[in-house]
Amino acid sequence: MNEVKNPVLQIDKLCVSYGKVEALSNASITVGEGQIVTVIGPNGAGKTTMLSAIMGVLGSAGRVSFDGTIEAVPEVERMVARGMNLVPEKRELFGEMSIEDNLVLGAFQRYRMGHRDQARTMDEVFELFPRLKERRTQLAGTLSGGERQMLAVGRALMAKPRLLMLDEPSLGLAPLIVREIFRIVAELRRRGVSILLVEQNARAALQVADYAYVLETGQIAMQGPAHTLADDPRVIEAYLGLGGKHQAMLST
Amino acid sequence: MDVQIALMLAQDGLTNGAIYALLALALVLVFAVTRVIFIPQGEFVAYGALTLAMLQGGSMPATAWLLAGMGALVALIDGATALRNGQTQKLAGVLGWNVGYPLGLVALLTLLPVKDLPLVAQVVLALAVVVPMGPLLYRLVFQPIASAPVLILLIVSVAVHVAMVGMGLLFFGAEGQRTPAFSDANFEVGPLMVSGQTVWVLMASLVLILALYQFFERTLYGKALRATAINRNGARLMGISPALAGKLTFFVAALIGALSGVLIAPITTIYYDTGFLIGLKGFVAAIIGGLASYPLAAVGAVLVGLLESFSSFWASAFKDVIVFTLIIPVLMWRSLTTRHVEEEE
Ligand SMILES: Nc1ncnc2c1ncn2[C@@H]1O[C@H](COP(=O)(O)OP(=O)(O)OP(=O)(O)O)[C@@H](O)[C@H]1O
Ligand SMILES: [Mg+2]
Repeated sequence: MNEVKNPVLQIDKLCVSYGKVEALSNASITVGEGQIVTVIGPNGAGKTTMLSAIMGVLGSAGRVSFDGTIEAVPEVERMVARGMNLVPEKRELFGEMSIEDNLVLGAFQRYRMGHRDQARTMDEVFELFPRLKERRTQLAGTLSGGERQMLAVGRALMAKPRLLMLDEPSLGLAPLIVREIFRIVAELRRRGVSILLVEQNARAALQVADYAYVLETGQIAMQGPAHTLADDPRVIEAYLGLGGKHQAMLST
Repeated sequence: MDVQIALMLAQDGLTNGAIYALLALALVLVFAVTRVIFIPQGEFVAYGALTLAMLQGGSMPATAWLLAGMGALVALIDGATALRNGQTQKLAGVLGWNVGYPLGLVALLTLLPVKDLPLVAQVVLALAVVVPMGPLLYRLVFQPIASAPVLILLIVSVAVHVAMVGMGLLFFGAEGQRTPAFSDANFEVGPLMVSGQTVWVLMASLVLILALYQFFERTLYGKALRATAINRNGARLMGISPALAGKLTFFVAALIGALSGVLIAPITTIYYDTGFLIGLKGFVAAIIGGLASYPLAAVGAVLVGLLESFSSFWASAFKDVIVFTLIIPVLMWRSLTTRHVEEEE
């Protein structure tokens, strides 16, 4: 169990099925305040499914408690309003709109609730991603893969989330950019954002995270503090590989 | 045909074209955001015009009761949902907007000497009655089936159209109405007499189109609607709920419809079922824009208006036939030139 004093997110026996096929069964995880928690696992394990269910994009059975309030069935708009944000695997950017417009829309829910600090938040995002600032008027659909990733993360940050869920932020990126992304993840934690990180790049994820879960065929197969799991022979064999030290170097 | 007649026909065509352009924009918007092909768009034109006519006739428009009825239904549904989820703080808002507003409006219409108010006030009151029906209609009919396939949405849309025409007959009777012009001024431009109402229609359409452009380019809510049209899932993750986007879209569409009705009521006699034909011509224009491009739809609308007025001169019995036949070559041209893009989910 992930023993934390102030859990931000606690999911309990969460189940999701597509038709008759159960893609997630009885998953229970906890994310503490200011923690980075990572979920690793092979393709098709149900990681994306889990994040979608927590966010309310998919219907689910079980219990999701966010910030101390239990949501029987999470509903996306409410979760966003309460400070949860998801950077989805497909990014879902607004392709025919500029970087700036994409970012501003990230703050839509905050704007609706009466906050008018979008300009300042955008400056903070530009500080993290100077590249986005240079290209602020470019259409999102014309960005490179790495830039799209940055925009997706930046857009989520515009909502000033308490819990940020990232679905494979390093997907398809050059090693140097991967390192940059993980540096930013660590920086976000320093600023008090709790993070739930789903990753294929297990080595880098375990290095940056505080706690880790291994998801296999819809079930939590292993869990523990990230550095303990990184030394677990089963994890090394299945996810880290032997002797492959270059990934670790890239993620520092 | 001499130059003077040609100019007159062109003026007519432009005036109607401006109205079709407004309706085409509304149709494109509604389709982009909600995937509903909004057949009842024209009914809002008729409701707007005929509600204004009833107000000017000094009677309580029956549409006000329809508004109250729709509001009560929504209050019932949303109120029950709020209670079930224990969100009692939402109740005040739900009841205020859906029950309080229509009843307040009815009270206002009873108390005010509506018949003797200036035209502007009458127009505002007519809009206040008709426009809120847009979001209510979305809430009652389209929100529950928001994720249904386009074909289902279209069938429901046709049903709503039929129901609204039927209610129109009940509310307004079979008599046509024409309202007094906004201005009696006439301008002589060269050999041409331009009526004040024509100028009103053209200016109002232009202003409305510019205002819509500003709304979509500059305001966050406008951008939110565009975002929903571009990527529904992405918009949801930003907290832009499809229900909110749908209601906002239907509000804009109803506003455009009712305003168009008010604008053309002094030019053409409006019957309870006139809206359909007008809406259909806006639809032809929207199709020319592929239900996606606003500028093309606007150009198409002016084209439809001109074609209509010139064909009414040469072959007046066939003018509608000619206008609607136009859609065939346009569709053929579109299907040949546009590459089919797979819908990404
Ligand atoms: N809409 C759907 N309908 C049916 N099955 C689905 C659907 N979405 C996902 N699945 C199945 O559910 C399982 C879990 O999918 P999921 O996307 O959660 O995996 P994942 O762990 O994110 O994998 P990856 O690492 O490849 O992203 C897979 O077997 C997938 O085929
Ligand atoms: Mg995935």
